[in-house]
Amino acid sequence: MAISERLSGNEAVSFAIKQINPDVVAAFPITPSTEIPQFISQYIANGEMTTVYVPVESEHSSMSACVGAQAAGARSMTATSSCGLAYMFEMLYIAASNRLPITMACVNRALSGPININNDHSDSMGARDAGWIQIYAENAQEAYDNFIQCVRIGEHKDVHLPVMACQDGFITSHAVERMELIETDKVKAFVGEYNPEKYLLNPDEILAVGTYDTPQYYMEHKKAQTEAMKNARQVIKDIAKEFETISGRKYDMIEEYRMEDAEYAMVIIGSSAGTAKEAIDELRTAGVKAGLIKVRVFRPFPLEEIAAALKGVKAVAIMDKTDSFSAAGGPLGAEVKAAIYGKVDGLVAANYIYGLGGRDVRVEHIKLVFDEIAELVKSGKQPETYKYLAIRE
Amino acid sequence: MKDNLMKNITPDNKWQDLTPGGFIYASGNSAEFKTGDWRTATPKFIEEKCKQCLLCVPVCPDCSIPVVDGKRLDFDFDHCKGCGICAKVCPFDAIEFVKDGE
Ligand code: SF4
Ligand code: SF4
Repeated sequence: MAISERLSGNEAVSFAIKQINPDVVAAFPITPSTEIPQFISQYIANGEMTTVYVPVESEHSSMSACVGAQAAGARSMTATSSCGLAYMFEMLYIAASNRLPITMACVNRALSGPININNDHSDSMGARDAGWIQIYAENAQEAYDNFIQCVRIGEHKDVHLPVMACQDGFITSHAVERMELIETDKVKAFVGEYNPEKYLLNPDEILAVGTYDTPQYYMEHKKAQTEAMKNARQVIKDIAKEFETISGRKYDMIEEYRMEDAEYAMVIIGSSAGTAKEAIDELRTAGVKAGLIKVRVFRPFPLEEIAAALKGVKAVAIMDKTDSFSAAGGPLGAEVKAAIYGKVDGLVAANYIYGLGGRDVRVEHIKLVFDEIAELVKSGKQPETYKYLAIRE
Repeated sequence: MKDNLMKNITPDNKWQDLTPGGFIYASGNSAEFKTGDWRTATPKFIEEKCKQCLLCVPVCPDCSIPVVDGKRLDFDFDHCKGCGICAKVCPFDAIEFVKDGE
């Protein structure tokens, strides 16, 4: 029997880490992810976990400690947010290129400045090309479920990549929700032991990690890395299926909500998907054929799933909770447009930047977006390249 | 993911044949990395002038002056990077230093 609980996203992820009981956790506190290392430290102090906690002096060091520990053969985890993730930037690439399946709880928060501690996706989106798998949660339940699956995905022999399990700061990390936990023995059986083929602490084999590549080899290693990221697509689906057998909950690369006959669609990531579903229900009652595509997995990018889901749609609003400052829109906007290029004809695609630095996104904002894209279809006008949602001007 | 013990990875290997992350499954193999092709100038050993004082041996940054039974041999051109330090050090003009192409 599943355990019915009421937990915040941070509590849920900390509980998942306690159930998994990894070999090493190295983390440095930063709002809003601070509670995760705090709870883990308490669990360890209470004797509820046997994990080695490395109290580092910075995030550059926490990721370095994870890299060293994982290469040594230890299942390693960390948690961070915002500037902490930015401070790890160099080591994120080291983790990915050395093919070390570290699992990170990323609690999304705006990057400074102006200094802001609230939610948007500028931190993890800034690290989107670091070679990490990125999976985003809509709520605490998904944060918990995703985290458990992330361990298996990264460690899979066809993947061997680090994974970021992202959730929205405060909105998900601090709001207490009713949710279901899985029994610890089932979680342990699901994630299993970490048994890497090659690891530094193996006394029977010689191994050097973190080597130098001359130009004759670097591209071949990058090719291997990109193939691993492609392999992750199938692995993510397979592990979701297996997870369903212990949880009863379905997961995939994307989640489609009322898309069957949708004429107007929204593509969104994270907690705002919940708000969008509510808005879509109201629009449907009013006779508008609205639907939602929630991007659960951003890396690897679900381009085929998104293109297939948008077939037959008249207009789509692509919602970015970050600005890439390309002066051409946000990262999700660019990648969704690339995904539909040559695959979906005559689709009006509008890109919105929304919810920066914790700006509230309410049902009426989502309905406003649907009004605007419907108006574009009616008038035959092309949308602006991108625009800020509900900005004062 | 390849798990074979690759002794000599060469630029002919396909990406599928390289170890994940460039891991090296062996030790003491840096001698297999031929650095000699970086050379743009070459030291020339003039044996008849050499007094076997061995002053040149320890200054070579690449251990490219082999010594056997207390006597230096000709250069190891697989690894000599052509820095010219040995030629500067030799008190007996037993090493000529020639820029490639001259
Ligand atoms: S320094 Fe000159 S003389 Fe002395 S061993 Fe070397 S080459 Fe011979
Ligand atoms: S030229 Fe430089 S690298 Fe070559 S043998 Fe002399 S000292 Fe060594």
